[in-house]
Amino acid sequence: MSIIQIDQLAKSYRVYQKKEGLREALRGLWQRDYKEVDAVKKISLRVEPGEFVAFLGPNGAGKTTTLKLLSGVIYPTSGTASVMGYVPWERSFEYRRRFALVMGQKNQLWWDLPAQESFRLHQQIYKIDSIDFKKTLDELTALLTVQELLGRPVRELSLGERMKMELIAALLHRPEVLFLDEPTIGLDVIAQHNIQQFLKFYQAERGITVLLTSHYMKDIAALCKRVVVIAQGQIQYDGSLSGIVDSFSGDKIITLQLAVGQSDSGLERYGKLEKVAMPRVSFRCPRSEVSKALGEILANYQIDDIAVEDPPLEETIAKLFTHVSKESTEDQGRDESSNGKSATANNS
Amino acid sequence: MSNSNSSASLAWDAIRTRWMIFRIALSERLAYRGDFVLGTLMRFLPIITQIFLWWAIFQSINPEDPNAGRLSGYSFQDMVAYYLLTMVGRAFSSMPGLSSSIAVKIRDGEIKKFLVQPVDLISFLFWSRVAHKVAYYTISTLPFALVFFLCRSYFTNGWPDALTLFAFVTSLLLSFALGFYLEACIGLVGFWMLEVSSLLFVYMLFQFFLSGHMFPLDILPEPFFTIVSFLPIKYLAYFPAAVFLGKVHGTQLAIDMGMLVGWTVFFFVMSQVIYRRGLRRYSGYGG
Repeated sequence: MSIIQIDQLAKSYRVYQKKEGLREALRGLWQRDYKEVDAVKKISLRVEPGEFVAFLGPNGAGKTTTLKLLSGVIYPTSGTASVMGYVPWERSFEYRRRFALVMGQKNQLWWDLPAQESFRLHQQIYKIDSIDFKKTLDELTALLTVQELLGRPVRELSLGERMKMELIAALLHRPEVLFLDEPTIGLDVIAQHNIQQFLKFYQAERGITVLLTSHYMKDIAALCKRVVVIAQGQIQYDGSLSGIVDSFSGDKIITLQLAVGQSDSGLERYGKLEKVAMPRVSFRCPRSEVSKALGEILANYQIDDIAVEDPPLEETIAKLFTHVSKESTEDQGRDESSNGKSATANNS
Repeated sequence: MSNSNSSASLAWDAIRTRWMIFRIALSERLAYRGDFVLGTLMRFLPIITQIFLWWAIFQSINPEDPNAGRLSGYSFQDMVAYYLLTMVGRAFSSMPGLSSSIAVKIRDGEIKKFLVQPVDLISFLFWSRVAHKVAYYTISTLPFALVFFLCRSYFTNGWPDALTLFAFVTSLLLSFALGFYLEACIGLVGFWMLEVSSLLFVYMLFQFFLSGHMFPLDILPEPFFTIVSFLPIKYLAYFPAAVFLGKVHGTQLAIDMGMLVGWTVFFFVMSQVIYRRGLRRYSGYGG
């Protein structure tokens, strides 16, 4: 039985189309143009207990909207979802006590008070038994090495320290499902790494189900076996991280270390040269031609070393995103010429 | 049996939650003690200007002997006594920053916290406000006592009887709840309008004159006094002072108390309704 089930879930917003200029601003006082924006378009997804799933996609792709739907902050326009058997947007306190949402850009702690105080409030509202509370808090503070910071007002903590406190606040009630919306945004490399290591360890040990959105490939590579690529409100890919490269990149990068005195002339016929720093030469070769090219190169050139690699992940994903958005602009162009998506409505 | 047991433990738990919110809000308040003490004490300054103002008014009524002048039955002493009492009333009923903080929570999305965590926004704000008030009273009791001691000669009727005093205290407590739910309603309009400050300004303007903060409402000519008597805002300043001064008694006191309770319940229910509707709108359209 899947712990998260999403079926045909869709969410569209009505957005006020503000036009430039004073005249338009005045007109906007009594007549406003609204546009329906489909943030999430009929997605379906199953997540099994204990999975660590990453949502990947460009800004405005619908990742955060999906997390908001699953945590019950917003209602869907259509479709259904259930998390641990609850309908999220019914917002029962019972459901709220079994999951947690951490938003990297939002602060949930009391700004002027030590984190300890916020934790005590959580203990009360989440009905955490005081023995469990102490045990969990000790564990989490030790893992994140923030024991000394518990008594310091949150406003005096660094961004990284605050994020650790946010995580503790979210995990005190031992949620079975955790939603993380860009938990490492704005953090330096070390803080990012610490948070990653913690999440990895914690998730593995507790076997909780985690959905994460992030722009940092490193987060995703370190944490998630399963990646769901969302772009233009739709699921474009669902599978392993390495699978993305297999499905969306048709090339391999071949790097040769040429022997002393060996010229690189003629190598361009096997693919597009990427980087030439003699005696090293890198070029891009279509996947299907790699073995043929290697055979010929080994026969005709004196080579000290060879490496065949996938192109960088970021590049493949950037390619995937632009591919998707191009397709959809074309779609939209067709849509608008036929019936027109923007509607005019009176100011309500 | 077990049912009543579990409902008792639920009630106990609800009390503990409120207590925890109260405690936390109180310690947050004390984090800025310097600013807070100064702000509290500054509120006593207008007393002096107000006393001079009324003195000037009574001087123009009776230049020979301002103390003998009368304004709709109020002597100069009565007027100052009335003013001091409305200050006590407003210490309970005014809610600085409540509406705007709710609107900001809605606009900046901080309200999400109250959708995700198992805690109710309105009850949370109520108990934080109780904590703010308690912190305020702790600091302002001494200066209040000093002011009343210095101005004791203005209270020409002396202390009211026990029943009146009881009615006075009750009216103060209820005016706190009324003021809270009324301003909460204004703040919650933020679900529909991103900015509630102009709405709040209009409300404050009405409140300033019609709550009795500026002058005793019973000096208003008819039919204005009758109209104002039916409005809820007179309970925020005029009513507690009038009770203390013995202007409201017997059946009228009972009727007014009933009205005060009625308005408080009305705005409590309104705040719940607006919140539910607002959430539906918020969750439906944005986030």
